[in-house]
Amino acid sequence: MAELEVGEDSILDCRGLLCPMPVVRIGRELAAMVAGHVVKVLATDRGAVADVPAWVQDTGNELVAWHEAGDHLVFYIRKGADEV
Amino acid sequence: MSIEVSPGGAAVLTHEDVQQIVRQEVERAWKRDPASRRACIIASKGTLDWAYPPLILASAAAAAGMDAAVFFTFYGLNIIHKDFTRRVKVSPVGNPAMPMPVPMADTFTGLPGMKDMATAMMKTRFRKKGVAALEELLQVCRESSVRLIACALTIEVFGFKESDFIEGVEFGGAGAFMSEARRSHVTLFI
Repeated sequence: MAELEVGEDSILDCRGLLCPMPVVRIGRELAAMVAGHVVKVLATDRGAVADVPAWVQDTGNELVAWHEAGDHLVFYIRKGADEV
Repeated sequence: MSIEVSPGGAAVLTHEDVQQIVRQEVERAWKRDPASRRACIIASKGTLDWAYPPLILASAAAAAGMDAAVFFTFYGLNIIHKDFTRRVKVSPVGNPAMPMPVPMADTFTGLPGMKDMATAMMKTRFRKKGVAALEELLQVCRESSVRLIACALTIEVFGFKESDFIEGVEFGGAGAFMSEARRSHVTLFI
């Protein structure tokens, strides 16, 4: 996927963390966020490529975009309005 | 979705329409089903390598908004013992899949001190790679309301006391597990 310019409201650095910590941290971050806001997540866990989209779908949030940036992955996640 | 109206006035659905409706209804039913939001895991092993999967899966379930419960039985009780950092170890003996720096015979890896060395090596490697420590995963589980249930039978048989276990542990038997498991789509024996 091409690099997209997505406006983010906060940044969560999960680089260096392995499963399941990226989704644990993302869950905590989103719990403290306002619906509609976007968090930019940095991760080095290769499993996150599958884990993050699955987690986002199960929790009623939205994966706006993701891409690889050199040695790490970047995800943009928008907090959904529904409590799932 | 296109709905044709027959001359008689009744709506005619195509095969694709019906498939789409069924898909949507199944999706809705799945989201409404409380069991799709519950995970029930049995942790029956007490070694460092086997302690990780139940805690990782329970943490991931809780992070996805699920109600998770881990039932610790037999050697798995070591994972929630107050002294788990000393009790939970990994042994290279009888595990041909364990990566070793150089090939070693079981008669050698069975020597005194080898278990502690293997444990220290695995912990160091995990830490360097960014794997959370067991302490951290247990903390995540407790903070995210994962139920930690200790098998009462094993406590009795192995001579443990309820006070031997970490804060927040509940106690129960097969009945408690089944009561949870029958309402969970995810049930795992580890």
